Amino acid sequence: MILLVPEHLAGKLRPSARELVTAARALTGLGDIHALLLGPGAAEAAAEMVAFGVNARHCAEAGYEPFTAEAWTTAVAGFAKELGAKAVLMPATRSGLSYGPRVAVRLGGALLEDVIEATSDGTSVTAKRFTYLSRVTETVRTAALPVVISVKVNVLVPAEPAGSAGSVAATELPVEVGRVEILSQAKASTGGVALDEANIVVTGGRGVGGPDGFTKHIEPLAACVGAAVGATRAVVDAGWRPYSDQVGQTGKSVAPNVYLAIGVSGAVQHLSGMNRSKLIVAVNKDKDAPIFKVADYSIIGDLNEVVPALIANLQG
Amino acid sequence: MKICTILKQVPDAEASIRTAGDRVDLAGVTFVMDGMDEYGVEEAIRLREAGHQAEIYTIALGPKRFEESIRTSLALGSDRAVHIETNDVLDVVTQARVIAEAVKKEGADLVFVGGKEADWDSSALGPALAEALGWPHLDWTTKLTLTGTVIEATHDTDTGTENVKISLPAVVTTQQGLNEPRYPTLPNIMKAKRKELRKATPADYGAPAALTTTVGEAIQVKTRLNKVFEGDAADTAKQLISALRNEAKVL
Repeated sequence: MILLVPEHLAGKLRPSARELVTAARALTGLGDIHALLLGPGAAEAAAEMVAFGVNARHCAEAGYEPFTAEAWTTAVAGFAKELGAKAVLMPATRSGLSYGPRVAVRLGGALLEDVIEATSDGTSVTAKRFTYLSRVTETVRTAALPVVISVKVNVLVPAEPAGSAGSVAATELPVEVGRVEILSQAKASTGGVALDEANIVVTGGRGVGGPDGFTKHIEPLAACVGAAVGATRAVVDAGWRPYSDQVGQTGKSVAPNVYLAIGVSGAVQHLSGMNRSKLIVAVNKDKDAPIFKVADYSIIGDLNEVVPALIANLQG
Repeated sequence: MKICTILKQVPDAEASIRTAGDRVDLAGVTFVMDGMDEYGVEEAIRLREAGHQAEIYTIALGPKRFEESIRTSLALGSDRAVHIETNDVLDVVTQARVIAEAVKKEGADLVFVGGKEADWDSSALGPALAEALGWPHLDWTTKLTLTGTVIEATHDTDTGTENVKISLPAVVTTQQGLNEPRYPTLPNIMKAKRKELRKATPADYGAPAALTTTVGEAIQVKTRLNKVFEGDAADTAKQLISALRNEAKVL
């Protein structure tokens, strides 16, 4: 059996859910695909999930929202054990990366983290993932099963619906009250588009000049193309943008269809968070900036002139 | 109280990574303490400087070369260190099991772990260690205060930030922004040479078998178009939008 733990937003599946199905379909010899959906809206999300030939179970308890690693670990590990799951897959979001390792330890299984490809021979799983600040692709094989696999978001081709639908039902699970008490939450400023799921990301670097540069250039450009806003480490360190906007080794890792790097120099730690983007565009006035080495389309020029011209073209 | 900081030595971020055959070849590479681990050492020292009575010690699991980074942590202010020396490459879950046994043996109220490792690109050690200890964890921590045995902290989530409260014991993983790590001073580097650096092996902590094996490593290459548009701002902007619309067909 394979267990998927897709994420949903108030009952609507996240795009990563279909990527999990793709990953699961490549794991031959491990049995049927099941899914567990947690938190308010889980029933609606489960109903969406069955179109992919997946047997979906849902537990809509309020205690799973907001996410806490302890509550999710107990629910997922318990359900996986009961199901006899040989592989448990979740998206490699901040949440998935937080509880996935705990589930692996609790099941006495292996962990494959931030995976971009996985196959199985029925007794083990072999997967590919990035290492050394995303400069190396490592192939790693489990000695045995079960295995917990967090799947890198926005890399795999989303699955198409299956010929026959799976079953759907509610399930009762314990809601563990964790020891991490959430006092308050603040939303990021990416304009409602999650950075790691965005089709287009517009990232501003130090060259943007200050927080005003973001309001004047980066945000309007992002709004024009429906993009999420990203920032480099230098920008975040300077306090121009929140940490949650950061792309790079210590920030988010993204692989959008288009990545626009505006006033970004291209340090190794930044490249490690975006070098899997399908298409990279760079705008920088320094012709020697390392970002140009990884760019598909480049403009060497002053972003204060180029970005307004881009916006004018997009709106024209 | 006792504060433990976990340490890893990794290639310097600016070092170029090569392969020999189907494996990464680290010969000649400059190694440094993982920057994310530096935040943990620094935070432990700051807690003590803020008036908390604490013994600070370091645990590192890895080959002999790790000694250099362990000495750095001692020079920064860690009181002593346990080096679980091995040339075996253990997966992160197995590492967590070994380190958990070491933490149990040494005793700890608070353990700092680097938020993401610069060699394996892994953020799993903190959560896995917490689970092996039966403790809660907080990841991607950007701000932390300790009052008695209660932590109040801010950390990054998928959608923004969260303020939380945890009673010790706990595992806390670091994120850039938590603090600005200091540099070791020369007198402290000299003093560090006399501090205790105890050697151990995974066998001292049950020597669990590795759960995964690396079967290949290859430098990641992605060919880029490297097309540079020429002209003034208006011209280049027009060419770029046209290329995105008509050539790449992504707009």
